[in-house]
Amino acid sequence: MNNAKLGLAHRLYTGQVSYDFVKNRKLWYTVSAIVLSISILALIIRGLTLGIEFKGGTDFQAPMQVTSGTVEEVRQAVDGFEVPDLEAQVFSIGDDAVRIQTRVLNPDETSSVRAAIADLTGADPADVTYNAIGASWGKQVSQQAGIALFVFTILVMLLIWVWFRDWKMSVAAILALAHDLIVTIGIYALVGFTVTPATVIGVLTILGYSLYDTVVVFDKIKENVLGLEDTNKTYSEAANLGINQVLVRSINTTIIGVLPTGALLVAGSILNGGPLQDLGLALFIGMIVGAYSSIFIATPILTTLKEREPEQIQHRATLVRRSERAAVKANRRSDTDLLEGGDGVAVTAAPAGPRMQPRTGASRAERKKRPGTR
Amino acid sequence: MAISSRKSRPAVVLLLLLLVIGIMFSIMAATRTWTPKLGLDLQGGMTITLTATNSTVPAESLELAKNIIQDRVNGLGVGEASVATQGDRHIVVSAPNVQRDDLVELVGATAQLAFRPVLTVAGAGVTAPPTDEDGPGLPTAPPVKNDVGEGERLDIDTVLAFQPSDADLEGFAAHECGADVVDTLDAPLFACDEEGTTKYLLGPVAISGEQLTTAASGIPSGQFAPVVTLSFDSEGSAALATLTGALVSKPEPTNMFAIVLDGVVQSAATANERIPGGQAQISGNFTEASAASLANVLKFGSLPLSFEPSQVESVSATLGGEQLRVGLIAGLIGLLIVMAYAFAYYRGLGLVVLGSLLVAALGTYSSMVLLGSAVGFTLNLPAIAGAIVAIGITADSFVIYFERIRDEIRDGRSLRSAIQTGWVKARSTIVVADMVSLLSAIVLFVLAVGSVKGFAFMLGLTTLIDLAVIFFFTHPLMQLLGRTKFYGEGHRLSGLDATHMGVSRDSLLGRRSRRTTRIAQEA
Repeated sequence: MNNAKLGLAHRLYTGQVSYDFVKNRKLWYTVSAIVLSISILALIIRGLTLGIEFKGGTDFQAPMQVTSGTVEEVRQAVDGFEVPDLEAQVFSIGDDAVRIQTRVLNPDETSSVRAAIADLTGADPADVTYNAIGASWGKQVSQQAGIALFVFTILVMLLIWVWFRDWKMSVAAILALAHDLIVTIGIYALVGFTVTPATVIGVLTILGYSLYDTVVVFDKIKENVLGLEDTNKTYSEAANLGINQVLVRSINTTIIGVLPTGALLVAGSILNGGPLQDLGLALFIGMIVGAYSSIFIATPILTTLKEREPEQIQHRATLVRRSERAAVKANRRSDTDLLEGGDGVAVTAAPAGPRMQPRTGASRAERKKRPGTR
Repeated sequence: MAISSRKSRPAVVLLLLLLVIGIMFSIMAATRTWTPKLGLDLQGGMTITLTATNSTVPAESLELAKNIIQDRVNGLGVGEASVATQGDRHIVVSAPNVQRDDLVELVGATAQLAFRPVLTVAGAGVTAPPTDEDGPGLPTAPPVKNDVGEGERLDIDTVLAFQPSDADLEGFAAHECGADVVDTLDAPLFACDEEGTTKYLLGPVAISGEQLTTAASGIPSGQFAPVVTLSFDSEGSAALATLTGALVSKPEPTNMFAIVLDGVVQSAATANERIPGGQAQISGNFTEASAASLANVLKFGSLPLSFEPSQVESVSATLGGEQLRVGLIAGLIGLLIVMAYAFAYYRGLGLVVLGSLLVAALGTYSSMVLLGSAVGFTLNLPAIAGAIVAIGITADSFVIYFERIRDEIRDGRSLRSAIQTGWVKARSTIVVADMVSLLSAIVLFVLAVGSVKGFAFMLGLTTLIDLAVIFFFTHPLMQLLGRTKFYGEGHRLSGLDATHMGVSRDSLLGRRSRRTTRIAQEA
């Protein structure tokens, strides 16, 4: 299995096997547009299931042996508590604890409810843990998250622009980022996962991670388009080769990133909720969406933007003339060597020679010299 | 490439890095701290996040409020509770191993500034009671401390006419600094100065902090001693005029008024003259610093911050231990499966990943411990999550590097030269990618509230450690391994196998001198 994988990695690198991510960009745009519409619709129609942190309230947790009737029993018992109108919701956590969520309580009510719960479950009051959240806390958290998102986006655009000296890369990366954000939130709305502050952190982290992935792809593209005007490739082809060359890395990165996140999810489910699970879930979804967007959104958008540049239009015209000339030449000399500069057609069968540099437009003489240079 | 000059360097770099880690562990040994500080969600305790309800909060006021709350918490004797400001309007109180529901009310109460006339002054401690009935130390005050804000402020004439009852005098005589008192606007107050060396019996509140408009400290021109200047609003000015007018003719110590904040006398000033117009100046034995500090207290009093508890988290020690255990297990599982994947995919290079992750883990652990003692970093659940997420980011740097080496080999370079040129190309990718990750950590850390900070801090820390590890460990290690037979000659299990990269063995070893299509067959 490994053999095949490595072989594929090799063929991807040389361009012998090439998945055409860029040429089919209209398809990816369509797919993404549909996914985005579903996400936005889900958000509008279903809305997000906000955790107690956003509404305010108190969340009690107490150890208790849980059987099938426990939740109902506890709910009825809670109605009989001294503190009125608790609006309590009762959940079981695994089979050894219960969670009771109530409205916002003042400190006196908290003490009273806590004592009552300890009484009810037979637990030591010190073991009844709680988390009380004021009504405005969630608003503050989301407000800060919003500011963080805004500042981060601006800074990242600047960073990418300065690093790659290309604002189009910034735009493409940020659009991919927006896609990740909307789709992740859409999945939350669609499935109905509860959104907690930990989820918000997770989503913010994804942004970093998704960009990280995009940056790696762009870095390879930048390298491939260096001296593009002397080659037989269009910008799209060079970019597509770049994606293919880092494809193995992208897959590996995603797997390696998702594996520990999976561990977080598993650990979170042992604890039955809490920040670990919320973070794990947000990251799990976001990383996969992020990996998709670096390949299927960021790069196609980049090529769409770049191919509009006058130099690129001119370069493509040159290439057409060059290939016409080459065709004439080939007819004359029936020399197939020059045709080999693959133009990104899926799965081109190339000679299995050691290194026919398909990327360079170097002259034959130079190519012949090359292997001996070291 | 000046390969010859680099020959001795990888080993030196490796040794230096190991030396740095050794030093970090030596410091840990010297200070006998082997474990990081644990957050309260991992060891049990109460965390109270207070948010100012005021829309704008001057930084110095928040700092002052923090100190006031710190004093209150210290007064409760709940162990090593810590109070910290967060962002521009939050104060976080962390009390480990505490389960007291009343803590929320106590720390969250509004601190109020008041001007009260002085009735009696005495040295700290129990003074001889005027009658011999009450024993010293008898609790005269109800058990609620500093129950601020109750009662109505009396009008200034009533305040001036106030005479302490016998019970007040007895209570005052028995009062010890630090004992609980009731602070109400319309009742006398037992209060001590900040040092706890002098105690005062004070009349009801004559002027409250809200009636103060501004306060400042400085040295007036032509003078040498710093003074504190105050100005009052119209109501306050009238009260001040009446108060000072009445006090001026009284005998010591009743010619003084005290500035009281949160039950502590900040300053007791003698009224030298009637002050009309609401502009007062306090002079005395001020240093510049003490004048500034009093002015700060006064400024704070003019805009008292009131706080509401936005989040109260009470975690039992049992649950804390459980969360810690699960967090560690999750980290271990994450590490193990990443390792397993690295070995499955990169074979022998998996050893490099293993070594690098180990070094990164050692570096992270010792940084956590040292930062715990240096800047009070505490490891909480989100921080553990950050560390786990970072495993992926760290391992990814190796992926980028290894893939680059392989790419260079595919381009026809020998393995040794690929380790070098692949590094040069991978380096910039790793740096920019880590910069993005670092940027997100910094933005989160600076802007976010609550436990997010722990997560962001950890993410940033591990990103920096990742950079250090790949530069000073992984790369030098690869250079060294490139010289061994197993890796350098591309053994079948080394992860640098010529066949897998589709090049000839000669090309891998840099022996190829002319084009050849022979694919090496290895044993």
